[in-house]
Amino acid sequence: MEKQNDLVLKVRNLRLHFNTRSGPVQAVDGVDFDLRKNEATVIIGESGCGKSSLAKAILRLLPRNAGTYDGEIWLHDMNIMNMDSETYRKEIRWKRISMVPQAAMNALNPVMKIGDQVSEPAIIHMNMTHEEATKAAVRMLEHVGVPIDFLHRYSFELSGGMRQRSALAMALVTLPDVVILDEPTSALDVLTQASIMNLMKRMKKDLETSFILITHDIATSSELADNVAVMYAGQVVEVSDSRRFFTKPLHPYSHALMASVPRLRETIEPEFISGQPPSLLNPPMGCRFKDRCPKRFEKCDEEPPTVLVDGDRKVKCWLYV
Amino acid sequence: MIDTNAEIGTLDHSENGQALLQLKDLHVWYELKKFGFGHAGYVRAVDNVSFDLGQGEAIACVGESGCGKSSLMKTILGLNIPTKGEVIFDDTPLSQTKGEDLRHYRSKIGYIQQDPFGALPPFMTIERILEEPLIINGIKDKEERRRRIEKILEEVKLTPVNEVLPKFPHMLSGGQQQRVVIARAMIMEPKLLVADEPVSMLDASVRVEVLRLLRKLQETHNLAVLYITHDLSTVRYFSEYIFVMYAGEIVEFAKMEDLLDDSRHPYTHALLEASSDPNADNALVQREIPKGEPPSLVKPPTGCRFHPRCSHFMSGLCDVKAPPNIEVSPRHLVACWLYDENRGHAV
Repeated sequence: MEKQNDLVLKVRNLRLHFNTRSGPVQAVDGVDFDLRKNEATVIIGESGCGKSSLAKAILRLLPRNAGTYDGEIWLHDMNIMNMDSETYRKEIRWKRISMVPQAAMNALNPVMKIGDQVSEPAIIHMNMTHEEATKAAVRMLEHVGVPIDFLHRYSFELSGGMRQRSALAMALVTLPDVVILDEPTSALDVLTQASIMNLMKRMKKDLETSFILITHDIATSSELADNVAVMYAGQVVEVSDSRRFFTKPLHPYSHALMASVPRLRETIEPEFISGQPPSLLNPPMGCRFKDRCPKRFEKCDEEPPTVLVDGDRKVKCWLYV
Repeated sequence: MIDTNAEIGTLDHSENGQALLQLKDLHVWYELKKFGFGHAGYVRAVDNVSFDLGQGEAIACVGESGCGKSSLMKTILGLNIPTKGEVIFDDTPLSQTKGEDLRHYRSKIGYIQQDPFGALPPFMTIERILEEPLIINGIKDKEERRRRIEKILEEVKLTPVNEVLPKFPHMLSGGQQQRVVIARAMIMEPKLLVADEPVSMLDASVRVEVLRLLRKLQETHNLAVLYITHDLSTVRYFSEYIFVMYAGEIVEFAKMEDLLDDSRHPYTHALLEASSDPNADNALVQREIPKGEPPSLVKPPTGCRFHPRCSHFMSGLCDVKAPPNIEVSPRHLVACWLYDENRGHAV
């Protein structure tokens, strides 16, 4: 099933800690996952589990208080963690890996026309002339379904859905290998959300692009997912293909998350997860989910290994050892 | 648009006496000004909305942003003045309520805000936040206030009470903050709760917990609840009735199961189609979404307001004449020409 040459992004043991006055916050602590061509990997987790920090770590957009930052990020066959920051900025950021940040639609520049904003990445990162970049922007805006006469409008003249599409066009205009989408639809209405999801499904097929979708909304994530990685307290606890994940999650936390989703078409009573995620300042020894886990046993006080189950599904839990 | 009142007689809450809350033919329009004083039309945020809500019943209002659900809510809370029509709460019309009575009116309606962190003043302790409504409503006895605060905190399961009281909102998690908001709404022992997307800002794992808490409060206190949401999937666990709003009007009104399992209006169809359950097959299909966006409420489309986006659009009918309310089955009302048998003669 695994085709090595299709692998676009391979993240291994990625760590990003933040230094605070009370000590290091282990926001991303040993994360592994893969991303194949024309596929989407969804990172699911509750707020505060480190999923947005993971996006920052991949794009190397580090805040000033970043402490430990190591691991491997392989883009095709190049370990981009070894690059110096200037090469990274010139060669990788936005050219090969781009991002739609959280609430991007509200972060568009209000005094710049949409056309200029969408073409700007192409001018800066692809060394295009203004005309070439505008052409690229027009092509991309057409692709994402923004009418061409919006090119000369300002962001506040557009509806939420159109702004989100423009933000997506900004991330796609350089035709990167990987686009990271951080909660791309959480502030949108149901119908707009569904049409943006439709759009991204089409993009995934049409363009040579792979997506990393970061979200807490499990139902919506299933709209795009080929693979699912579940994050809990800074760690990835399960990686699986979406088909098997949505029918039979492995990790107890994934189980609980799936059970907490209210269903529209079924009448299963949803269950909540009692307790709260641990602090990332001093995460507990052993399994980080053990205090909330219904299947806890003695072993859980030791750090669980990542085990392969059913061939290629990975789960970090003692139950499967 | 849909009149669910006595005329049709479908939503008769007379089993347990008079309905607690009645909206009659409610219109909320905001005037637009030109250069500060000239009249430039109206934003017709709520148009002709009527429904009854009985004691102990939960009703859900579903719609997208800009469909008028917030205006409707604010009118019920007594913050907006209706342009036309009437809100009757507990047998008193809101328009005749003033001064001290208005304060009493408001104390009988609890309001749960959407964003708990934004709704709680950051510089007040939880004790102070919960005490304030009691002080405002004239409960002078300090012991009594303390007793009521402790009781309500135990009810929303924020325990141990003594540890919670001196905390500030930022020291609590999102779920706990929302419980404080619920406690504040409940502290005056209201008869009606208005919950504006109470769980949309919360994590999936806490969402269900808060919804259950609301349900439990409703049952123990026999509360009437107006649950405003855009998320149809949470509605199943909460309400007896649902109405769907589009561009200021109610387009469909039904019992919860009827609406979710047998929806009739094309807009409700679209909403249901757009909401997904976790399923890997979702990634393989393109969903059918009506094109375009909700209309401007200043100049809403003539006839049916959904007609420019509707896939069942019938030219010469839907764009000319507003659809009547059609009762497709008992207590299930749809404002759509598709269900009118003699639609040809109606024009």
